[in-house]
Order: sequence, then structure tokens, then C-alpha cells
Amino acid sequence: MRLFLCFLLALLVNACAAPQLRGTGDLGLIIERAAGRVTLVNTTSRQPYARIDGLGDLSHASAVYSRDGRYAYVFGRDGGLSKIDLLEAKLVKRVIQSGNAIGGSISQDGRIVVAQNYTPGGIKAFDAETLELLSEVPAEYAPGKFSKVVGLADTAGNKFAYALFEGGEIWVSDFSNPRQPTTQRFPAGNQPYDGLVTPDGRYFLTGLFGEDGVAMLDLWQPDKGARKILEKYGRGEEKLPVFKMPHLRGWSVAQGKAYLPAIGRHEVLIVDVATWKEVGRIPVRGQPVFVMARPDGRQVWVNFAFPDNGKIDVIDTLAGQVTHAFEPGKGILHMEFAPRGENVWLSARDDNKVLIYNTENFAKLGEIAVDNPSGIFFTTRAARIGF
Amino acid sequence: MSASRLVIALWLASAAAWAGEPDATRQKELIHLVRQDCGSCHGMTLKGGLGPPLLPENLAEKPAEGLAATIYYGRPGTPMPPWKQFMSENEADWIVQKLMTAFPE
Repeated sequence: MRLFLCFLLALLVNACAAPQLRGTGDLGLIIERAAGRVTLVNTTSRQPYARIDGLGDLSHASAVYSRDGRYAYVFGRDGGLSKIDLLEAKLVKRVIQSGNAIGGSISQDGRIVVAQNYTPGGIKAFDAETLELLSEVPAEYAPGKFSKVVGLADTAGNKFAYALFEGGEIWVSDFSNPRQPTTQRFPAGNQPYDGLVTPDGRYFLTGLFGEDGVAMLDLWQPDKGARKILEKYGRGEEKLPVFKMPHLRGWSVAQGKAYLPAIGRHEVLIVDVATWKEVGRIPVRGQPVFVMARPDGRQVWVNFAFPDNGKIDVIDTLAGQVTHAFEPGKGILHMEFAPRGENVWLSARDDNKVLIYNTENFAKLGEIAVDNPSGIFFTTRAARIGF
Repeated sequence: MSASRLVIALWLASAAAWAGEPDATRQKELIHLVRQDCGSCHGMTLKGGLGPPLLPENLAEKPAEGLAATIYYGRPGTPMPPWKQFMSENEADWIVQKLMTAFPE
């Protein structure tokens, strides 16, 4: 009897001590840019479950995920690269890898994390497991001249594509041998400001600030070189002042059309991805910053630069126009859709809140108190190329 | 408040306005604008990003009037836009003066 009681007690103790199992698929994180902190969230319960401090200057910070969605790699403006365990809710490792950084990406095989830097210009590759520095590619586009790097995105074959702001080039670095990368260079145009890889991994596009148009490289046929698309767009028209650079990442393809933020104009551009020709423009209520498609492509959500950064326009891609417009809060910096698109999370920086909406009927579902929220990143990004 | 103290208070307020010093509420708005919105390019801590750093040591050699004109009119050929629709020339001067010493949090 005594033995049996001991056995029962052991069962109970074990039951209490065993960690609660959970998957990573419904997790994510919110950047608190001023506090140097991230808030870990559950997208099913729509609640925060942990906060991690001490991550440095997180203005313009972004995050990518390990293949299993367990670890987030957060790139800070101050060059900090932090590896966070979402299951144990703790900081695993943090390195200061440069003086001034602007984001990063993770390789197709998940083994290499690459940071893109403003100061000194270039990219650096790290072992995803240990954050040990593997190699670097300085963005020296002319003897002694270094460029800021923008638009870094991973592509097939452990290659990374990116653009050089001052250098006006697209570079593709192959990290098949991570300690000895090889780089191809392509002329792109004047002042590339951001870039993206299409969801199929085939094309790298970089928006040009210094001239009209977008430079595009076919990564399946790089020998053909980069070409310009949308060259005629806006020709001869005076640009409006740009109070915040548009972001191309998180871009949108729906029904064979791409939706891109126009620069210096209150418009979203529609491009046919078969011909890469402009097929339309949709007027919106400010300078678009993020133009993001709901995962099914039925809607495209648009936020804006200062002074219109309290507004959101929702484009219905069937109707080809804005069908819902509202002002959810102050300083809407970023948005992220739930994995299958039923909800969207919006950062309201100046209201210190993240707001959650139903995308079908636009009803507000809840909010989370967060200090100056900016980027929101869910683990579904782990399974996508170009992030 | 006595009549004489009121006169002195009004005189001080007008002197501040004459010197181009924005009132406390407006100062707060301008600080927020610089940290958060200028911070998109220059960094929230003003250490630089796509735009150059704006710390006192970076600005020390530059003439204040030229810096205020850059804020107010922008710098054509670069991504720096004109901010004149959101502030007065006096306010641009005040921002430069604060940037060149120690910009408030």
C-alpha cells in the first residue's frame, strides 16, 4: 500500500513537473522599439505570454525565424543580433555584429543567418546555431568606397540578393560554402532603397529612389542581367516629398498581379507579373509604406508615411479599389496577418497598443498594451523564402 | 497673480516667442517628431541610418543656419524631404540648436 501511494505521488509530481507542451505555429513577437524589448505573443489566444528585455536599439528592427519556428533572430539598429527561444521564452545569445544595421535574412537550409549593414556597409554571415561569424562581404563598390546595403533577401541555393544604396547595384552572394562566399554584381540604377524576392523565389526587385522605375533580376537567369521595369511610371511628374521610405518586403501578389507602393505619389501600383508591365494604379490616402496582401490575396492592406500614419486603406483585389478605409490608431507602423489571414495585427506606435482586427468584417477583436510597438513577426515566416 | 507679476509673465512669454523658443507642449511634439519620424532614416537614437547621424559631434563643424535650411527646405537630390508644412523656421532653428547640444529624450 505504501509503495502504491509512493507510486501515485510520483505520478502526481511528474505530472506537475512536466512542461506544458506546445507548438510554435501560433507564436510570434512584437518589437518594442524604444524599450529595447520584444513581447512574445500567441496568435490563437491573442495574448502576450512573455517579455524579453535588453535587446538594445530596436528602431527599424526586424526578425526572421529558424526552420522549426522555435528561434527568432532579431536584428537591431545598433548592430545587435539576438537569438530568442520562443518556447522557453528566453534570450539564447546576443552579439553586436556591426555599428549600424538594417535587418537580415536566413538561408534556405536554415543554417546561416545574414545581417545587412549600413556601417560598415556590407553583409555578414553567422552560424544559426551558435551565432559564430562565418564570413563577410564588404559592400565595396569602387576602391575605398563602401555602400549601405538594403533589401537583403534569401533565395534558392543558400544565396542572398541585396542592393547597394550608394553603389546602385544588385549583388547576389552564394553561401554554399559559408566561409568563402562568391558574389555576382549587376548594375541596377540610382539609389535602390529596398528590395524583395518574389514568393516563388525567382525575381529580386529593388525600388529606385533616385530615378523612376524598379530594377529586376531574374535569379533563374542571372546571366541576362538586371533590367528596369515601370520605367515610364511617373516620368515628367514632380514627386511629392517622401517622409518615410516605402517598404517592399511583405509585398503582395494576388491573381497574377503585384501591388507595390509608389514612391512620391499617393498611389499603389498594379503590375502584371507575367509581363512586368504596369496595368493600373489605385489612389490611396497618403504615401504607402507597407502594401501587404492577406495570405489568400483577396485583400491588400496599406499603411502610410507621416503625416497620414494613423490611416489604413484596404484594397479589394476583385473590385480593384479601396473598399474599406479607417483610422485605427496613432502611428500605425506595421501589420502582420494571422497565418491563414482571418485576423490582422496592427502596431499603433503612439497609442502604445497592438490592435487586432477581423479581416472579413473589420470588427476589432482585441488589443495588447505594448510600449511603442513597431514590427510584428509571426512564426509562419519560417516557411517562406525571401524573408 | 498680481497685475505686475502678470505683466512680467506676459513679457517673458513674448520674449520667449521672439527668441523662437516653442512652448512646452510644442517642444514635446517636436521632440517626438524628431525621435520617431526623423528617426525612420536617422535612427531613433540619431546615430544614423539611411540618413546621416545627427549627434552633436557629427554636426559640430556645420553652420546652424544651413542645417535649419536642410530641415525646412529639404535637400534636393537626396531622400531628405522638406518639413516646412509641419513646422515654422523658428522651430527648425530650435531643433538644430537642440541637436547641436544634447537632444532631449
